[in-house]
Order: sequence, then C-alpha cells, then structure tokens
Amino acid sequence: MHRLVPCIIAFILQLSPAVSQETSPRLGDWADVLARARGQTVYWNAWAGEQAINRYIAWAAQEVSKRYGIKVEHVKLSDTSEAVAKIITEKAAGRDKGGSVDLIWINGPNFASLKDKGLLFGPWVDKLPNYRFADVIGKPVITRDFTLPTEGFESPWDIAQLVFYYDRSRTPAPPRTTEALLQYAKTHPGRITYPDVQNFLGATFLKQVLIELVEDRSVLQEPPLDADFARLTAPLWAFLDELHPVAWRSGKAFPANSAELRQLLADREIDIAFSFNPSEASLAIARGELPASVSSYVLDGGTIANANFLAIPYNASSKEGAMVVADFLLSPQAQARKQDPSVWGGLTVLSLSKLSSDDRRLFETPNTATVVRPVTEAESALPEPHARWMTRIIQAWLQRYASK
Amino acid sequence: MNPSKGEGLWLRLVPAVVFIILVVPTACGLLGVFLPAFGYFPALGGSEFTLQHWRLLLEAPGLFRSVILTIWIGLASTVLSLATVVLLFAQFHDTRVFWLVRRTLSPLLSIPHVAIAIGLALVIAPSGLLFRFVAQFLPDLDVPPDLLIVHDRMGLSLIGALVLKEAPFLFLMSLAALPQINPTQSLATARTIGYTPTIAWIKVVLPRLYRQIRLPVLAVLAYSLSVVDAALIVGPTTPPPLGVAVFKWMSEPELRDRFIAAAGAVLVLCITLFGTTLWIGLERLLILLGRRWLELGSRKQGAKAISIAAYAVGILLLTFILLSAGAILLWAFAGNWPYPNVAPDFLTAATWNTNSRQFLWPLFNALIIGGAASLLALAFTVSLLERDVHRRTNTQDWMRNLLYVPLIVPQIAFLPGMQILLIALHLDSNIYSVIAAHLVFVLPYVYLSLSDPWAHFDDRYRQTAMAMGATPRRALFRVRLPMLLAALLTAAAVGFAVSVGQYLPTLLVGAGRVPTVTTEAVALASGGDRRLVAVLAMLQSLLPLGAFLVAVFVPLIVFRNRRGVRTT
Repeated sequence: MHRLVPCIIAFILQLSPAVSQETSPRLGDWADVLARARGQTVYWNAWAGEQAINRYIAWAAQEVSKRYGIKVEHVKLSDTSEAVAKIITEKAAGRDKGGSVDLIWINGPNFASLKDKGLLFGPWVDKLPNYRFADVIGKPVITRDFTLPTEGFESPWDIAQLVFYYDRSRTPAPPRTTEALLQYAKTHPGRITYPDVQNFLGATFLKQVLIELVEDRSVLQEPPLDADFARLTAPLWAFLDELHPVAWRSGKAFPANSAELRQLLADREIDIAFSFNPSEASLAIARGELPASVSSYVLDGGTIANANFLAIPYNASSKEGAMVVADFLLSPQAQARKQDPSVWGGLTVLSLSKLSSDDRRLFETPNTATVVRPVTEAESALPEPHARWMTRIIQAWLQRYASK
Repeated sequence: MNPSKGEGLWLRLVPAVVFIILVVPTACGLLGVFLPAFGYFPALGGSEFTLQHWRLLLEAPGLFRSVILTIWIGLASTVLSLATVVLLFAQFHDTRVFWLVRRTLSPLLSIPHVAIAIGLALVIAPSGLLFRFVAQFLPDLDVPPDLLIVHDRMGLSLIGALVLKEAPFLFLMSLAALPQINPTQSLATARTIGYTPTIAWIKVVLPRLYRQIRLPVLAVLAYSLSVVDAALIVGPTTPPPLGVAVFKWMSEPELRDRFIAAAGAVLVLCITLFGTTLWIGLERLLILLGRRWLELGSRKQGAKAISIAAYAVGILLLTFILLSAGAILLWAFAGNWPYPNVAPDFLTAATWNTNSRQFLWPLFNALIIGGAASLLALAFTVSLLERDVHRRTNTQDWMRNLLYVPLIVPQIAFLPGMQILLIALHLDSNIYSVIAAHLVFVLPYVYLSLSDPWAHFDDRYRQTAMAMGATPRRALFRVRLPMLLAALLTAAAVGFAVSVGQYLPTLLVGAGRVPTVTTEAVALASGGDRRLVAVLAMLQSLLPLGAFLVAVFVPLIVFRNRRGVRTT
C-alpha cells in the first residue's frame, strides 16, 4: 500500500503528458476530408432541452450516415457548459488527443472560454464547401459571437431571437417593452417570471432589460470595466428589485429553462413566456402542449438575436467527421428543413440570394401552421453584448439575490 | 488458521479484490479532490498549495445558507425516515396491517430516488394533482396558486421525497435485522408485566434493533447530506444544497471553478463528518433520556399518541406513494391535460411512439449495466461467503464495515477525483467503466442482502453432500446455490435496483456518452416535456420492479414440485 500511494498520485497528477502532435486534417482537400471522415463516429455534444431540435439532430444524423458513412451520436446536454467542462477536464488529465467531444453546439461565454484557452481546433470553417452560401454580409451576427470574432473556429448553423408569447384569450394586451412588463407584473402580481439566470435564456432576459435601460448601448459591445460596471447596471438591479416582489413565487424561485417557462404558461401559472426559438409557440401548439390561442411577438424596439455555432475541440477524435457534419448542416437542404416551422423554425444563416433557384425554393414552405409573426431580423434584431457582460451580470445577480 | 486444502486461488484472492473494488476508487477519488482543494493541480495551473480557493468558496454567494440547508435537509429527512419506521413497527408489528405495509413498501424500495422526486413534484406542485383536486371545489383556483412548493427554499419537498424513499429502505433493513434479536420472547415478557404492545416494542425491541440498523441509518444520513439527483429535481435552487452547488461548479467553463468545486467537495465531506458526529451526539442524548423513561416503568403512557401518529404517518406515506405513481402513469399516457382538470382529456401512446429513439438506448444501457453489475456483485459476494464456509471463519464483521465505505463517503466528494483519474487512464466514457463504477455501490447492497440467508442456510446439507463424496465446489454449485435460488435472485434484484438508480457515477464516469433512463430523466426533469419525463420515470421504476418480479416468480416456477424449498 505504501508503494501504491505515490503511484496513485502520479496517476492523478501526472499531468505533463507526452503530447504527440496529432495529424491534423489537411484542410485544403475536401475530398480527402470526406475520405477520412467515412467510418468515423462523431460525438456531437448538444443541448437537448427541446424535443423538436433533438428530432432535427436525429434526422441530420441519419442523413449524414446515409450520404457520408459517418455515425453521429447526439450526446445530450442539459447545459453546454457540461461539455466545456469535459474538454477542460480532459486537458487537465493530459488527454490531448482521442478526446470524447468531437463537435459541440456552442456560443457566447463558452466559446470565448474555450478559444481563450486554446482548446479549439481551427481555423477550419472557410474550408467547408457550403460556407460560401453563408450570409456573412447581411447577417454579421454569424461572424461575431457575442462581439468576439469567430475567426473560423466555429461554424454558424442557426440564428435565434428572443420572442415573447402569451395566450390571447387570457391576456388581451401583452406588455410590449420590458418596462411595460414590469408595470404588468405590478398590476398582475405573481404572473410574470424569467428563467434561472444560470440558464442562457434567463441571462438573455437580463441582457434584454439592460439593453433597454442603459443610456449608451455601445458600451455593451466592449468588455465591462470594473469602474463602470456598478453604475451601468444600476438601472437593471433597480428594475429587478421592483419586479421580484411582484413576480411569480415573489422572485424566490425561477423556472429552470425555456421548457419549464412554457410549461408554466400551459399550466396558467404565468401570463407571458419567451423563448430563443421563434417557432417555440407554434411547435408547442402542434404538439398539444399549448392552446391554439397562443400568439408570439417581438418587443417594440427589438430583442436580442444571436447565432448558434458548431466548434471542434482541439483534442477531438473525429475532426474530419465533425467538419463534414458541420458542412452538411450548412447545406441548403439542412438549413431549409431547420427553418420549417413544423420541424424546428430556426432561422437560416444562409443568404438566399447566393443559392440556386432550386435550392431557394426549398425555403418557400407555406407558413400556414405558424401563429408566430414572421420575424425579419433586420427589423428587430439587437446585437448581443460582449460575453463578459453575461458572466459579470450572472455573478452580480447571484451575489444580490441568491444569498438572501 | 490455515486455509483449508483445495481452496482455489480465486477464493484466496477474493477479499483483496473486493477491498480494491471498494476502497481504492474511493481513496483515489478523495485524493483527487483533496489536492486541488488546496490548490495543487498542475494541469490547471495550480502548482503550489494555497488556501485561496477556500477563500473563494467561502465568498461564494449563498454559501452559508447552502451549508445550513444541507445540514437541515440531512438531519430532518433522516430523523423523519427513522421516526416513520419506528412508529410503523411500534404500532403495527405482528398485525395484519403490518403484513400489508410490508407488501406495499417492499416494491417501493426498488423505485429510484429520481422517479420518486419526479412523481412527488407532479403531485404537490401548484399545478399538480393535489391542487387540481382542490380546485374542483374552490372555483377561485381556476389558475394554480402562486405558491413556492417544489424547489421551496426550506427544502421541504426535497425532505419529503427523501423520506418517501428512505423510510421504506430503513423499514426493510429493520425487517431483515429483527430475527437476529429474537423480539417475540422479550415482547411476550414485557407484555406479561403489563406493557401495551406499542410501548413494549419501543422499550424492549427498539434499543436492540437500533444497534443492528445503525449503519444503514448513517448511510441514509450521509446520502441525504450530499444528495444531488433528487435535489436537482425538487430541491431549493437559490441557493441549492451544497452537493448540487459542487456539481454545478464542476460543470462551469471557468477553470477557477474546478478548484472551488474541489474545495466544496471537501466541505461536503466535512459536513458529512460533522452531521454524523451530531447524529451520534443525538443518539447519546436520546439514550440518556430514553433510559430515564425506561426506568420510570410506565406501561401505557404515550401509547395513544404513538398510535395516532403511526396511523397518520402510514396513511400519508401510502397516499403520497399511490398519488405519485398515479401521476407518473397518467402523464406518461396523457394527451392534452390543462389545469385544473384532474384527468387528461384523452389517453394516448403518442409520447412513447414519437420519442422511442430518446429512451430505447438509455433503457438498453440501464439494463446491461444493471445486469452486469449485479451479476458481478453476486459472484463476488458468493465467493466471499463461500470462503468463510471453507475457513469456518466469519469475516462478516469487518467486511460489513468495509462495505459501508462507499455508502457513507458522499459520492459528490470522491467521484470528481475518480473521474479525472479515469480520464488520465483513458478509461472513461465506456460502458465497462460505468459497470465497474456501479459495482462499487451495488456490491455492498448485494452482500448485505445475501449474507443473512447464507448464514441461515443449514450447513448439514453441505456436510451431507461432502459425506457422499462431493467436492466443495460441487456442494456449492449443486446443493447450496440451487437451494438459495430465491435469496440469490433477490440479492441480484436489489443490486439491479441500486444500479438503475445511480445518477452521478453514470454521468461522471460515462462522460455523458453512456446515457441511462436515470441520467435522461434528471436531464429532462427540470422543465423538459412533462410527458417524456413521466415516461422515463416510469421506465426507471419498471426496470427494478421487473427484476423483483423475476426474483419472486422464478423460484416459484423452478420449485413448483419442491414443497420443502423456501421460495421467498
């Protein structure tokens, strides 16, 4: 046993691994990438809180298997940080190749954190054949992730926007700004809430309020300065101090995520819900989870929109396979299916004008099922603040409200 | 004592192997948590010892409240579970009701914590079954009341879920321990000198019984002090109990949080030690007070209150169990079911059909892992026990204490360290490692479950077989094991149930790549599609229930023409 202990310590802490330089895919030759990708298994780590998206991922997996002979396993996450933690743990344990994450659905602080630590493979995105269709000019959000330039380290695959929804038959006049939301809560105590701030939708709500209340929005595009943080966020805390006493459960508990928020609306516990998926309400109506009298809307003055990306960790086992999957998800067919409101309703990242007329027609699915006002981004999309704002706001929120 | 001749190499090695299985992962895991807690973790840039991470931990928002909550939840749920068991035994021992309670609680033991928490939430939430019933009579309740019940800040619903699970566990542990202390005689004596049956049981049987179930009680305490899975579903959120907080730090993208998580894990361990010490202090106090009460010699005093409490507890327990099971069943097949209707508009298998891809693979994994872990555990247990037979020794006492190591050291305190070790050895994220990790927690239960029937086996059967020329191996495989079939299957079923319920080991060792119905249920429970969550909870409960059914019916069929063989 005495001799065992040093061995064990060595096992746990022998953390200067013999790093063997892994043969990186030769990026220039796509045919070569395809050839190497065949037969690989891609462990795609993706948030799994929405059944419609899970089914879309399952469909994509089937297609990729059929076309390219790549097996895709959806590793279901309840929070993307789980996969980030896994990559960091592997780095800690010295596993610089043969990692367990091949492809990760990511954006915002998680991307910033991995890129900053050099834990991402790349740049690789401009090598994808389908990336030429991406609307990098018209949709700048797909090249700057929470203001951080993606620099080819992540491939865009979806655009999301904060959309509110409510039951017309119960709430004839929903509030159309966050300020109006506060007034609504005061006249209807207990009927308004937002998700836990450690969930991205909850954090987004805080950022939405901050954007509406801050004097000069351009400061949010830079990392917060310690000196200014308290002053700039003071209106947000004042807003929440007023909201919480009249919020659902008196602001003492918060739904875990968008799905729970939706369930609360379905159970009539609250009057207003919101989501990062513009088609959330219509999908739920189709499934029978929400009554047909639910409608969606975007706040006057716009709401936060951001792009969702796919990244490949530095130690991924199937880098080529992951690239092929990302390329398939950028294809007109995959993007059109994603935008179909009866499938998912996620907005495309492609520029329709760059597509052939045949491909363009794929996007023209008749939009009869949806009760969502079609969202055109230019009209209402607000850019995400710098990623540090999100982490700082969450920290400050926890300091203020979690310890009481 | 010399090993008897003919003892194979395997039997000689088996205690060492079991020791390694039980202690080494725990010890390595603890080491892998302790060092980073004090700053030493070169790969993450921590090369020297420091207390800085403890400072950050102590400054974390809500930490103080987390700690207090943790201790409160741990002590309250253990006290309530134990009190429930004592009340039920005192009031109902040797009655027909007792037989009924025994029959209803046994299957409940097999329902995992996660399913119980999910079921309870479906019942007590403001939009849950209870308020839907009430709303039928109170028209004002056409919208659910704005009450914080699930995730309440005092942790009451978490305590409720823990008691629903732990009370049946302690109940069955007590049932198993009772024969060893021969209660019938002393009860009869007490009653002849005028004690009512209830008081007699508490004064004469309980003190001796408690000594027998003390380790299970401490295991319940340790579990409740560090619970993660059920706490994620119904526990407080702002702030959460410490186990959940550590779990969340572990999955933060900031490296610094890993050190805080490690310090937090050590704090969980300290709290478990503190809680256990507190518990032992409470025991002393109770012994002191109890002795005075005993010496007073009152025959009837308090019997009335105890029986009222016992009935109340029994009815409450049964009601919530039935309602929870009913809620899971209804939601799993519910079509549209708006509040405040007490029943769905229609029943449908749509959730099962559209999501089969979501649960078939996790179901299959759970089946394979549970089957493999429980069979391995059974093999080890039989080897250990057979070794005792060979050597005519009794290693049971030290083995019993050893077995409780993985049950008493909180999972959240050593699994993070074990995870890093496995990744460093490239042993993570495959099903074999998950099976091995489950074995650590399954083996103790299988051993505890099998050792008593084994000890009570009449050794003369074996001696007869040997006298007729059978080798020890043949006597084991042809006589003892077949005759103990019922006990073997029950032990395997217990092990299977334990395996199916494991959340943290599956998630951490499997790196998310080996999903089971349990990990999927927890991932979806907080706000996922309620119907799918119900389906997962149902599958999660059906798996162990199926195993117990096998354990009950296979012996009945195999021994249908062997009247003398015990089949239960």
